[in-house]
Formats: sequence, structure tokens, C-alpha cells
Amino acid sequence: MKEIRIHGRGGQGSVTAAELIAVAAFEDGKWSQAFPYFGTERRGAPVTAFARISDQPIRIRSQIYEPDYVIVQDPSLIPAVDVASGMKENGLLIINTEKKPSELKIHTSATVKTLDATALALEVIGVPIVNTSLLGAFAGATKAIRIESINKAIRDRFPGKIADKNVAAVKRAYEMMEG
Amino acid sequence: MAKMAVMEGSHAIAEAARVCRPSVVSAYPITPQTHIVEDLSAMIANGELTNCEYVRTESEFSAASVIQGAQAAGVRTFSATSSQGAVLMYEVLFSIAGMRLPCVLAMANRAVSSPINIWNDHQDAISARDNGWIQLWAEDNQEAADMIIQAYKIAEDHRVTLPVMVNFDGFQVTHLYEPVEVYDQKMVDEFLPPYDPLFKLDPKDPVTMGALAQPEYYTEARYMVHAAQITAKPIIEDVAREFGRKFGRFKGGLIDTYKMEGAEVALVAMGSILGTMKDAVDEMRSAGIPVGIVKIRTYRPFPVEALRAALKGVKVVCVLDRNISLGMEGAVFVETKAALYNASESPTMLGFIIGLGGRDITVRDIKGIVDKGYKKIGGERVSELEWYQLDRNILPEGI
Amino acid sequence: MAEKMRLTIGLVTKPGTTMQYHTGGWRTYRAVINQEKCIGCRRCADSCPDGAPFECAHDGKKKKFCVNYDYCKGCGICAYECPVDAIDMAVEEK
Repeated sequence: MKEIRIHGRGGQGSVTAAELIAVAAFEDGKWSQAFPYFGTERRGAPVTAFARISDQPIRIRSQIYEPDYVIVQDPSLIPAVDVASGMKENGLLIINTEKKPSELKIHTSATVKTLDATALALEVIGVPIVNTSLLGAFAGATKAIRIESINKAIRDRFPGKIADKNVAAVKRAYEMMEG
Repeated sequence: MAKMAVMEGSHAIAEAARVCRPSVVSAYPITPQTHIVEDLSAMIANGELTNCEYVRTESEFSAASVIQGAQAAGVRTFSATSSQGAVLMYEVLFSIAGMRLPCVLAMANRAVSSPINIWNDHQDAISARDNGWIQLWAEDNQEAADMIIQAYKIAEDHRVTLPVMVNFDGFQVTHLYEPVEVYDQKMVDEFLPPYDPLFKLDPKDPVTMGALAQPEYYTEARYMVHAAQITAKPIIEDVAREFGRKFGRFKGGLIDTYKMEGAEVALVAMGSILGTMKDAVDEMRSAGIPVGIVKIRTYRPFPVEALRAALKGVKVVCVLDRNISLGMEGAVFVETKAALYNASESPTMLGFIIGLGGRDITVRDIKGIVDKGYKKIGGERVSELEWYQLDRNILPEGI
Repeated sequence: MAEKMRLTIGLVTKPGTTMQYHTGGWRTYRAVINQEKCIGCRRCADSCPDGAPFECAHDGKKKKFCVNYDYCKGCGICAYECPVDAIDMAVEEK
């Protein structure tokens, strides 16, 4: 089983990102689960969402304390939230920032990868909604879900033009992480 | 195998309600139930649920009253609520059960104020246990949805004719996405025939409902509700088995057991915690620790005989309660003890208050509770009731 | 004491069962309508908690009301309400 934790702020689509992971993983033929931990919901407040992918049906419903993968949608969370908390040693953090991993003050033995998803989203989608770009990066870096399945999940969830733009952003981010 | 799709629990529950073809849906939105009634409202507006009226109200009291009235008029109804909303419904819930109206209510279980808390525990439904409603308790999205369909079949059985409350954990079910089987309307129609009311309000054939009963009748009226609860026990089992034959999914009727063969310590609980418990038990069984689980699937009527049979031969029973009857113990603990007290063999019982107001429950918590059971077996002093996750460090001094 | 009725599921009952309760046995006073004075306004019947007054005659111009003593419990509301003081509350002879 692979466990994924997503850190973001209310309104950034963290919960949707977790949902898309679950839908895409199921499309890949795996079992999956996604759920949020809401604070008192309000725009801008820190939000955590979780996803699990497994070859077996998933029964556990507790939050994720020892993730394989962490996705950080907003670098401004890093001083406030211990995004690397409980990370597996061979785990991977994907962080939306223009900085290099070495410039970030994250104490972890897991691998840290960064990409400027905000710039990418602004360029490709036209709005600073980074969740789908980060999903593309996640798929590219981990191969835990197939990019085709992410695209299908996006097209099932969003109407035509919005889906097209997000699929384009996924592709760019996927290739950046692969390369 | 039927088609599956990754669905939010709320959507799966709304889908289940939709395929049962209710004629009236009335609810007032409250976290974490909101998505269920939003979905149903959209289904009615979009024509996916036809011949159905969504009645908007200004409170849960009114929503409950609407389904009471509609059900009395002879049609199938649906409502959903949580927490404070449920508390506001209580008066009407008693009345619906007393009037033997087979309503179905989806309860997205949540803590009750004060302090205000939007997250999951079981207090809302537990505090409604004496109102005459049958209470079913689901573990995951699939079971919660399946229980809605079974609930109508149980409620509307003329031998039962009681309302049924389907309980599922707020957030851990309502807001969790996982694969769920998509219902085939034809199969549901074959399983659940159109509503055939035992009695209804009809201007052409007038009747009186909800009349006063004097002392010489009230006891008998209450006894009749109790007798219907007891009568429902085998019917709940039959409906679950029939559902299993039709849809290929059977998760027990009154209770379900997991790895109880040779178990020394048994865990008893209700709701979404069961999934985490099963993972914990698998790990402990792999390490050679004989521990098993009894899941209470039907809390009202309380499955006394089934629990006695399932817990026979166990050394210690650990009951996990996501509720607290303040001044006593967790309700499931108290009742499980009561069920076993006069049994021929009665194991030692330990109670644990856990997961109140959304506090997360981990595999480690479950293992810790089993450890307490083994300490008791080993002759160590273990308190009968433990507030398992209580952080004494943040209590005021002297408490 | 009347015989107890057999209960039904949900205590659903057919209407009109109050007809079985002969509240007339409770009274100390009985309402007596003076047919000469009665103008047939129906106020006695409408105000009676047990529906005891009923239309019993017509003199060609006006309806006339009588009292069904199976149900008159002697409360006197009709006598209070009657606009022409046509109703006397007479002591019941037992």
C-alpha cells in the first residue's frame, strides 16, 4: 500500500487532488481511498488530504502518519506545518516552489523534489490552481498512477475546456519530473 | 460483478436513497450530512429522481415532521441529519416510532455540543437509542449505502413497521472516496417492492393517528413497539441474507465477526473504526496473538443472543465506545455487559472511550487496547473503564 | 367503566369512537332548550365540547335544537353562549 499526504490551504484543491488520485488509481486497476481532514473550513486555512493506493481492498480509515509520498501545494506552509512529519526514509516530497530542494529548510531523509507549479499553472491554465500540475508531477516522479488515468479522472470531473487546460498542465509537469 | 466507481460516501448514500424511489425527501443541511441532501436535491432538480418532492424546511424539527406527515399519508420518504440536527429532531423521532411509521433516516454521526465540534463520534445516535427506531451501523461507504436499501425493506415489513436509522461516521464515511458498486435500478426494484403501507391517511377512509393513550393503554402501546423491535431481529438477518444473495454482498445482519476462531481477547465496536481494527487484528494474528472482532451492525434491537454466542469462550472482551453516557460508561460497553451478565459463561469486560469529537483512531490505539486485555488476563490491575486517549496533561490541576 | 378496546398497530383507530363514550352520565345539571325562545342559530351545537345539541325540529321559519342527553355532561357552555337565553341548566334528578 502506498500512502499519500497532501498539504495545502483551503481553496487550493487539495481535497480534489486526493479524490483525483483515488479515481485515477482505481482506473489503473488498484484499490484506492481519499479523504480530507478539515479544520473549520475556510479559505486560506491549512488543509490536509489523504490518499491510499493498494493492490488489496483498503479497510483502514485512520489518518496517514507515515506517508510514502507528500505533496505540498503551497510553500508558505513549510514554516507552519511539519510537512515531512513521519515520512518514510525512501519516501518522496513534491513541493510547489520556485526554490531548489537544497534552499528549503526541510529536515528529512526522504527525497525532496520541487517544481514551480504556480508559474506552470498560470502559464497553462491561466489561474494559480496548482493541484492538477502537482498530480502530473507526482505521476511523473513516482509512476504510482498512470498519466492517462489522471487525465481520465480530470475529464470525468471537469467540463471540456477546463479539463483540456488541466490535462495540458498535467503533461507539462509530468515531463518536467520525468526529465 | 457490477460496475464500480470511486464515490464519496455521501454520494453513495444519496444514490442508494435515489434507487429506493422515495416520494418525499425533506432535510435541513448540517455538516457532515450536507453532501447527501445536496446530491438528492440535485437529482430531483435534474430529473434523475422522478415522482419525488424535495421539501425545504427551516429546521430539522420541520424536516422530521414533513417525513412523518408524508409517511402517514402513505408514501416512502427519506431524510438525513447529524448531531445538533438530530437532537432537534428527537421529539419527532419518538413520535414517528410510536406511530409506527416506517421512515428511513440517514444519520451522519457527529459529536454533540457543547463544546461545538463538527467531527465524528456516535453521541447523536446513541442518545436517540430509546426512541423506538431500529438502528443499523455501517462500516464503510458500501455498507452505508447498502444499509439504506435494506432499511426500507426492514422498516416496511408489516411484521416490523418501525422506522430505521442508518448510522455511518461523519467524514470517515461521508467525505471519504472509495470504490463502491453502482446500483442497477432493476435489481433494486426486484429486491425492494413499492411501499405498501399497513395504514395511511386517506380522506375516503378516515382514520385517527397519534391519539392520546391513557394509562390503561400506554403500557401496551409501548410494549407493541418493543415487541416489533424484537420481532425485527430475525427479519434484519433475513433481509441481509436476501440482499447478499441478490447483490453478492453480505456483511452480517445483527452482528458480524472477524477472526474470532480461538480468540482470547475480543474487540467489540460499531462504525468505521472496524476497518482500522481489522488491519490491527491481522497484524496481531500474524504475530500469533489470538484476537478477534465482533462488529455490532444492529444496535437497536440490541443483539443480546448473537453477542452471547459470539463471545462465548473469550477471556476478555474490550468494548470500544465512540460515545459516553456521562456519569456512567460508554453505551455499547454497558449494554454488552448487561447482555452477558446472566449468560452461562461471562467473560471479563473492559470498556474504552475512544475517538470522541473526531479524534483519530490508529492501528496503534487498537493494539494498545488489546494489550490492556492481555494485561487483565495476566492478572494485572486494569481499570474497568478507560478514557483511552485522554490527555491528562491538558486538564486543569486537580482533575 | 367501558370495556377496553383492542389496540391496533400504531394505535390507528377509526374516527367516531367518541360516540362510544356516553359522557351524559357525568352531569349534575342538564341543558334544557326552551323551544319557544330558540331562534335556531346553532351556537349551542357549535360551542358544545361533546356535540350534544342537534337540530330536532323546524317551525316553518326557524330550526329548533334539542339536546342528546347521552352526551350532555352539563357544563353549561351552551347556556352561556345562547344569545336569547333559551337554555336553562336544570338540576339533574338522579
